[in-house]
Amino acid sequence: MDIQTHIAELRQDFPILESQVYKHPLVYLDNAATTQKPWCVIRKIEEGYRHQNANVHRGVHFLSQMATEAHEEARKTVASFLNAHSPREIIFTRGTTEAINLVAFSYGEAFVKAGDEIVVSEMEHHSNIVPWQMLCQRKGAVLRVIPFNDKGELDLQAFSNLLNDHTKLVAVAHVSNTLGTVNPVAEIIRQAHRAGVPVLVDGAQAVPHRAIDVQALDADFYVFSGHKIYGPTGVGVLYGKENWLEQMPPYQGGGGIFSTVSFEHTTYNELPYKFEAGTPDFIGTTALAEAIRYVEGIGMASIHAYESGLMRYATEQLMQIEGMRIFGQAADKESVISMQVGTIHPYDMGTLLDKLGIALRTGHHCAEPVMRHYGIESTLRASFALYNTYEEVDALVAGIRKVRTLFE
Amino acid sequence: MTINELQDQVIDDFSAFDEWFDRYAMLIELGNQLPPIDDSQRVEQNLIQGCQSRVWLDAHVDEATGHVIFEGDSDAVIVKGILSLLIQVLSDHAPAEIAEADLYFIERIGLKEHLSPTRSNGLLAMVRQMKLYGLIFNK
Repeated sequence: MDIQTHIAELRQDFPILESQVYKHPLVYLDNAATTQKPWCVIRKIEEGYRHQNANVHRGVHFLSQMATEAHEEARKTVASFLNAHSPREIIFTRGTTEAINLVAFSYGEAFVKAGDEIVVSEMEHHSNIVPWQMLCQRKGAVLRVIPFNDKGELDLQAFSNLLNDHTKLVAVAHVSNTLGTVNPVAEIIRQAHRAGVPVLVDGAQAVPHRAIDVQALDADFYVFSGHKIYGPTGVGVLYGKENWLEQMPPYQGGGGIFSTVSFEHTTYNELPYKFEAGTPDFIGTTALAEAIRYVEGIGMASIHAYESGLMRYATEQLMQIEGMRIFGQAADKESVISMQVGTIHPYDMGTLLDKLGIALRTGHHCAEPVMRHYGIESTLRASFALYNTYEEVDALVAGIRKVRTLFE
Repeated sequence: MTINELQDQVIDDFSAFDEWFDRYAMLIELGNQLPPIDDSQRVEQNLIQGCQSRVWLDAHVDEATGHVIFEGDSDAVIVKGILSLLIQVLSDHAPAEIAEADLYFIERIGLKEHLSPTRSNGLLAMVRQMKLYGLIFNK
């Protein structure tokens, strides 16, 4: 589907976009934080609670079987969306953060010992730093960091030098939530595998914007959040190669993860249930599957093409504003623009743009090492989704110009 | 003037503005006019936690009057403007008065949204810290 020609119709799929904020039409440019939900997802949640609500994997009764089927269908939808080898490789989590914590714990328990090394990059979100730091503290391992250059591109030479016999895992963002850099994850994975090291890719900022093929990438773990791809909050995905998941112990104890339990001994259930303790958010998973069907209906290639055009236009227009500084100028970049305007503090700019109905994020974006790289405290971040328009970009540019007049 | 008289004066000053744009222009002006603090006050222990911008707040007791004197700064001008209003209202008062002050002016001048803990601009934290100084110096 060509989004440009259907943009008005597409926007009608998202009821919240009709909102007025301080008497201005809402211009929602905080999509990297969370995306708005289309009617089909909202209805799916309602339908779930109205017609399909019973605990999954537990009951013999009709409703429970229906709910279980829907939940497992959702797993298949996610598996096919990522081109996973099997639905057994799809673990539902609460989000990207929990998925990373799961791997940091379970992979860490099985494979990491004192003196080992975990590699992350300088541009990671805190949720792809802190779980590894905690693992390192627990095991006496060492965290190593791939630096990036001032354009916001990872130094692959430095990365290759970091790999050694002690390296146990590489964890890297597919797309930076602050700089928008699309990292060459396929190349990173190739190099890591040559050294016998598995790779976790944080796909939170990539999955909503481009087609992902975990087998083509040869990623060992790939994680993302449902709410950033038009799905509900509280549901996320860990893709893991079966071979790794089989060797990892469960992350949390509870119902559903064991096949037999006695006080002396328990036997783990098979994949993926071993990693899904307790009642899963089965309404959320079915709604996530609906969101995936929605974007697949439009086509990930169309979404990517449209958003790329919008990003180019936004970058060009924003750069014409006097004093504009954009952080992150990587050759391959998508979905987010981080900026500062003259000496105006991002917090001041964000507060005043809000008054014009323009929603952006200000702050360090949970990526303080990125801020430190540029010697700044925070940025103003605009991030795009398939429903954003060229007119909204114009509104942003006009808004920034208007706010600037207050500071002159 | 009492704290309440000062609050009423601020409310009066802001009553001329119907538009948010003018109110914020006023805050920005106040922020720009706030006297800079000394580098020795711009230290970690004076930083208020929980703000998106950095806010420094320093307090001491004027020995002659026994009043608490507040000084502060922020790298965000709007926050500095809000801080300037708080200083205007609370500085140079007896510790007990500060600790017990009911700051109704914030809501009355249309800045209520900044009081929400989720705004993380630190207004709530600034108010709490200033009152805490009142309590501490009262003892």
